[in-house]
Amino acid sequence: MNILGKRYYFFGLSTLLIVSGLVLLAIKGVPLSIDFTGGTLLEVQFEAGKELDASAILPIYEDAGIADAQVTETETGSRIIRSSFLTNEARDAVLKGMREQSGSEVSVIRFDSVGPSIGKQVTQRAAVAIAVASILVVLFIVWSFRKVENAFRYGVCAILAMLHDIAIIFSITGIGAYFFGWQIDSLFLTALLTVIGFSMQDTIVVFDRIRENSNILRRLEYEKLVNHSIVQTLQRSINTQLMTVEFLLLALALFGGVTLQEFAIILLVGLLSGTYSSIFVAAPILVLWEKREWRTWFRRNAEA
Amino acid sequence: MIRNLTNRIIITVIILAVALWVDLSNEVKILNPVTDEILFSQDLTPRLGLDLRGGLQVLLEADLPENAQIDTASMEIARDIVQQRTDALGVNENVIQIAGERRIVGEFPGLEDTESVLATIQQTGLLEFVDTGDLNPQEGSVLVTDYSPAGVPTDIVADGITVFHTVMTGAELASVNVSQDTLASRYLINFVLKSDGSKVFADHTTANRGKFLAILLDKQVISAPIINDAITGGQGQISGNFTYESANAFAIQLRYGSLPVPLKVVETRIIGPTLGADSLNKSLVAGLIGMAIVVLFMIIYYRMPGIVAVLSIMIYAAITFAIFKWFHFTLTLPGIAGFLLSTGTALDSNILIFERMKEELRSGRTLNQAMDLGWTRAWSSIRDSNLAAIITSVILFWFGSSFGATIVKGFSLTLALGVLISLFTAVYITRTLLALFIKTFKPQNFERWFGV
Repeated sequence: MNILGKRYYFFGLSTLLIVSGLVLLAIKGVPLSIDFTGGTLLEVQFEAGKELDASAILPIYEDAGIADAQVTETETGSRIIRSSFLTNEARDAVLKGMREQSGSEVSVIRFDSVGPSIGKQVTQRAAVAIAVASILVVLFIVWSFRKVENAFRYGVCAILAMLHDIAIIFSITGIGAYFFGWQIDSLFLTALLTVIGFSMQDTIVVFDRIRENSNILRRLEYEKLVNHSIVQTLQRSINTQLMTVEFLLLALALFGGVTLQEFAIILLVGLLSGTYSSIFVAAPILVLWEKREWRTWFRRNAEA
Repeated sequence: MIRNLTNRIIITVIILAVALWVDLSNEVKILNPVTDEILFSQDLTPRLGLDLRGGLQVLLEADLPENAQIDTASMEIARDIVQQRTDALGVNENVIQIAGERRIVGEFPGLEDTESVLATIQQTGLLEFVDTGDLNPQEGSVLVTDYSPAGVPTDIVADGITVFHTVMTGAELASVNVSQDTLASRYLINFVLKSDGSKVFADHTTANRGKFLAILLDKQVISAPIINDAITGGQGQISGNFTYESANAFAIQLRYGSLPVPLKVVETRIIGPTLGADSLNKSLVAGLIGMAIVVLFMIIYYRMPGIVAVLSIMIYAAITFAIFKWFHFTLTLPGIAGFLLSTGTALDSNILIFERMKEELRSGRTLNQAMDLGWTRAWSSIRDSNLAAIITSVILFWFGSSFGATIVKGFSLTLALGVLISLFTAVYITRTLLALFIKTFKPQNFERWFGV
C-alpha cells in the first residue's frame, strides 16, 4: 500500500476541510461564549403553557438596566437568556419580573455569570497552557528520539500535526457555529486540550515505529521506510481510533446529556483528525523534509 | 514466557479484591481486635460534582488593583473565614478552595437559594465588644448597638428596642492567640489590646465587674463572657467551653472579624438539580452503550486476547473508581469524559500489544516468543505516548487550578490518573491474565484463538 505517494492529495483534502470551516467561522465571527467575553447566561423553565416570549422577556431585562439580552428557546421549552454581566440584584429583579409577568413559577436551570476580566485572563492563560504543553512535548520527543537522525524534525512534525488538528477543531466549530449556533466555551477548551494530548500520543505511536524500523532496515530508502511503518501501524490506528475512542464518543454524542453533545462531537472530529494527521500529515511532512521537496514546488511541470 | 505466574496472579487478585472492597462499600473501618477501638476509618461516599447534582459555584476575587501583591497567608485566612461563614448556613459539603493567587472558589452542592450564600460571603464582618449589663445574650442572637462607622455613637431611639453600647471594636485588638490552661486542660483565648483600647477596656472592666461583655460579629453574638476581673494591663483572656478547633475558629474571628482581603464575586454558576440528574443518567447510559460496543468488538476481533483485554479494562475501571473514592475526588461530567478517554488509552495499549503479537505470530514465532516480543516491542510506543499524555494533563491541571476552572481540572485529573493506571493494567495485568489463559487453554490454532 503506497500511502505516501499520494501525499499531496491528502494535503489538499486537509486544506479544503480547514479553509471551508474557517471561512464560515470568519463570516459568522468567532462565537465566544460568556466564559471568555464575560457576561451572564440564565436558563429558566416556566410552568407548561405559561412560557414568556422573547418580546416579553426583553422589557423585563431593560427594566433591570440590561439592554443587550438575547433570548433562545430550547427544545424542552426552557428559555436561555444571554446578556452582559448581571449582578445578583439584577438577577433577582429579572426573576421577580418574569414571575410576575407569567404568573408561573420560574425555576432556574442554569445561571452562569462571568466577570469581564476573568474571561480575558482565561483565554490568555489557555493559550499559554497550550504553548507550554507543546514546547514540553517537542522537547520530550526530541529527547526520546535522540538516537535517530534529525530527532528535531520529529518534534516539529508532531507539532505541525497538532496544529492541523487544532485548525480542524476550529473548522468544525465554525461549521457548528454557522449552522447550529455553537459557542466556544470552557468545554470547548477542554475538548481542544484533549485533542492536543491525543494528537501527540497518536503521532508518537507512528513515529515510534519509524524509529524502530530505521534501526532494522538501514538500507531502505527513507520514503519507503516511513510508508512501511505507517502500513504496519495502520491496523492499530484504525482499531484504536474507530472502535474504542469513536464508539465511546459517538455514544456520548447520541445519548449523552445536552451539555455534553457539542463537546462529544468536537472531540469526535478532533480525535479522528488526531489519527488522520499522524498518518497523512506528520509522516508525509517528514518525507517531504528529508527530500527537501519545496525546491521543486514552484518549478514548472514538477511531479508531485 | 513470564516467570512467577502464580505470584502475579495472587497480586492481581489482591489488587482486584481491595479495589472492589473500596468500590462497593461506603465506609472502611479497621477495628482493634482486642479493644474494638477504631484504629482507622475512611468515609468512601462518592462525591458528585455540581454539574451532576446541581448547586452553586462562586468565584471570588480579591477586590484590589491588578498589580497589588496579596500574600498567601491573608488569602488562607480569607478562605477560612468564608468557610466559617458558609458553614453557618448549614449547607452540606460546601467546599471552599483557593485558586491561584487572588481567587477563591466556593462550591455548594444541592443549593438553590443562592441569595443567602452570596450575601453571607460578601458581608464585611464587624467585630464589636458590647456592654449588655446583666443580660446574658444567647449565642447567635442579634443585638442593636450604638456603633457607627463614623466613630461617633449614634442616637438611635427606637421604640421597644434596647440599644446596647459598643465599648470598642475589633480594630483595637493588637493580637490574639490560643493557649491551653495547664491545670484544667481547657483552651483559652488570649488577647492584647492597642494602647487606646486598653485604656477604654480598663475603665469599662473596672466599672462593670460581674457584668456581661458580649462579643458580636456583624451584630450577631458569637460569645458573651462575664467580666471576672478588671483588665487593666491591656491583656486579657476569654475562657469558655472551647475545643481546640472552636478556640482557633474564635481566635480567627477576633483577629480578622472582617476579611483581610476584600472579596468580590466575579463568577456565579448555578446548575438546577434536574439538569444535573439528567446529565448524569444520560452520560451513564451513553457510557454503558459505548462500552458494550467496545467489548463486543474487542472479543470478536481479537478473540482470546480480546477477552483478556476486556477483563483487564474492567479491573482498570475498578481500580480507578476505588482511587477516586478513596481520595474523595469529585466526579464531574468532564471527569467522566476524561475517564472515558483514558479508557480509550488503556484499550489502545492492549491493541498495540496484540497487533504486535499477531505480527510476530504471522512471521512464524512460537506463542511464547510472540508474547514476549509483543510486550517488549510495543512498550516503547506505549511509554512515550502515555508520557506525552501525562505531560499535557499536568499542564492542564495547573491551568485549571490556578483559574478555578473546575471543568478543566476534573478532566485532566481523571485523564492523568487513568493513563497511569492503564499503563499498569496493560503491562502487568493483561500480561498475567493472557499467560494464565494460554496455560489453561493451550491454544494450538492461532487463527481461531488469536484471529491471526
